[in-house]
Amino acid sequence: MTTITDPPKQQFRLSMLIYDTRYRSATIQVVALIAFMLLAAWLIDNTARNMMLLGKTINFGFFGEPASYDINQRLLDYTSRDTHLRAALIGLLNTLVVAILGCATATAVGVLVGVLRLSHNWLIARLMTIYVEMFRNVPVLLWIVFIMAIMIETLPAPSAFRGDNATASMLLGDTVALTNRGIYIPEALFSRSLGDIHFFGASSLRFDVSLDLIAFLIVLGAGLWASHRIKRRADRMQEETGNRPTTWYLRVGVVLVPVVILLVALGFHLGYPELKGFNFSGGTHLRNSLIALWLALSLYTAAFIAEIVRAGILAISNGQTEAAAALGLRPGRVMRLVILPQALRVIVPPLISQYLNLTKNSSLAIAVGYMDITGTLGGITMNQTGKELECVLLLMLIYLIISLSISGVMNWYNESVKLKER
Amino acid sequence: MSELTTDRQIDRSKMTVSDEIAVEIINMNKWYGTFHVLRDINLTVNSGERIVIAGPSGSGKSTLIRCINRLEEHQSGKIIVDGTELSSDLKNIDKIRSDVGMCFQHFNLFPHLTILENCTLAPIWVRKTPRKEAIDTAMHFLEKVRIPDQANKYPGQLSGGQQQRVAIARSLCMRPRIMLFDEPTSALDPEMIKEVLDTMIELAEEGMTMLCVTHEMGFARQVANRVIFMDQGQIVEQNEPEEFFNNPKSERTKLFLSQILGH
Ligand SMILES: Nc1ncnc2c1ncn2[C@@H]1O[C@H](COP(=O)(O)OP(=O)(O)O)[C@@H](O)[C@H]1O
Ligand SMILES: [Mg+2]
Repeated sequence: MTTITDPPKQQFRLSMLIYDTRYRSATIQVVALIAFMLLAAWLIDNTARNMMLLGKTINFGFFGEPASYDINQRLLDYTSRDTHLRAALIGLLNTLVVAILGCATATAVGVLVGVLRLSHNWLIARLMTIYVEMFRNVPVLLWIVFIMAIMIETLPAPSAFRGDNATASMLLGDTVALTNRGIYIPEALFSRSLGDIHFFGASSLRFDVSLDLIAFLIVLGAGLWASHRIKRRADRMQEETGNRPTTWYLRVGVVLVPVVILLVALGFHLGYPELKGFNFSGGTHLRNSLIALWLALSLYTAAFIAEIVRAGILAISNGQTEAAAALGLRPGRVMRLVILPQALRVIVPPLISQYLNLTKNSSLAIAVGYMDITGTLGGITMNQTGKELECVLLLMLIYLIISLSISGVMNWYNESVKLKER
Repeated sequence: MSELTTDRQIDRSKMTVSDEIAVEIINMNKWYGTFHVLRDINLTVNSGERIVIAGPSGSGKSTLIRCINRLEEHQSGKIIVDGTELSSDLKNIDKIRSDVGMCFQHFNLFPHLTILENCTLAPIWVRKTPRKEAIDTAMHFLEKVRIPDQANKYPGQLSGGQQQRVAIARSLCMRPRIMLFDEPTSALDPEMIKEVLDTMIELAEEGMTMLCVTHEMGFARQVANRVIFMDQGQIVEQNEPEEFFNNPKSERTKLFLSQILGH
């Protein structure tokens, strides 16, 4: 016989809010939320009152006023008569340039160093250890300034390239010049150019896009797509017959040949930097500030990435390599099919924080005079207009958006390599 | 250690030892740095033999069988597997590894692949088997080890005994002629040991050449045709199981047996 009984009714006591595990976490959250809202309300109220006393108002009208300062390294056209908004845009692009260049370089160097640190070659392993310890134990600001100083102090001035008894000479068949004002490299020119498309007329957000570049990207994209199709076909052949056809030359060819044909059709040639008077002209000028910032951020972050990669590979037990080897898989295949898919899952999450660190550290650009978003919007614009609150809030918002975008992309990637276990 | 492992009747009709030599080890020595792990090993294994290797921990049992598929390199002497002498030649190593299967104490299944993918990985990438065929083979062997219904699960979702049986199936998918086992039941709970041993017995009944490092003396008595006792990097004694257990010759063997059998 079963009897129907009510579960024992418990008297609710106020102390249960703190001591009962069922309510405890809710209580803590409610208290924290109330405290946070009170603090935020006080801060906003305080700020608004003080600004009123100073006669300031929150106003973004200053963006339309002329910036009247110069920016020497820029991706879009800009003069000091342009607005603060355009200056901020130029700064934002500069931040993105150094962040993207930095993340790519740091990943390449970091992965290489991380793998080499595990090398059986004593010398290589030690050298990599020294590199890692040197870079991650010194503040990145010092590395930026140090690299900048080295370039200014040790590289020849452009005038040294001049005359019959020049003390310096250009490298790589007179195509690259390393000077104390920066590096001059060849630029891509098209003698039968398709021209540009202009966006946003003459406004502060105007920019041009080269049709040559678009054509190049389209042809490259189509090539990569075709190459991917060839790979898929090879996969299918392997599934059906077991034999994988050799396709690498087809895959390389289908990407390269159309691109080369396009470049020839557009009359692609390189414009070399040339000494004119006291300075170089032509080619692309990479300023010292960009190079110092890029190198220092990349090498510094690469040291951390190297450790992450090494830890990721070490986290996969030796038993995995042995089991795969015992089945007859060669070392390269073992790495690609067994070790890396498992290591990536350990590597990617900390890699995200390194990308975020690099992006935020790029605001140290101000130390070498590279005009990034902090140097323009958060530097000269802020000082000239006195709109501290607006500028800083906007800066924070911009960095937040960049960081969240990086996290978003990387989390999506992480999801796709994640270990499906349960 | 358990004395009797199985109550089933063992079918010995196909457990025949042929004249063909599967593995031949001649005067083999191995060092780890300056530490002499294996000393003057001489061993001939004929096709169809079931050999159990016993000995105290650290005596070099694992190292010996790992030399046979070149997971470890030996420094002097010869190892000839299926007529191919082991050398640093990649082609040689490839050939030997596809002829020799191995199961480890900790299974070492690939956790990022399903059970089925674990079993088809090597046939597809090493043997170049078409995927369809590789899947059929894998399902055949998974049925043999009695876990076909787990094919699409991941190793982490299986019990230890099931994982070890998958590991055996994974090796069998490469159709090896020789199987090496390194303490396949040492990491298992007692109730799972039997299911793995049963699988190994079935393998023996089909005439597979086997070298097993194990402490399962019941298995040695019932299945092995030869027991090898190792101590301090040497083969101290080898004999038929009956003789080995009832009439051990060396003092070290006697000591070991009294410890492991608990009397
Ligand atoms: N990679 C290695 N490096 C150095 N010594 C090792 C290595 N692997 C095993 N050894 C040593 O070799 C000896 C034999 O090991 P092993 O073959 O694993 O013994 P068993 O399997 O009989 O317990 C042990 O003393 C062990 O410490
Ligand atoms: Mg061992």
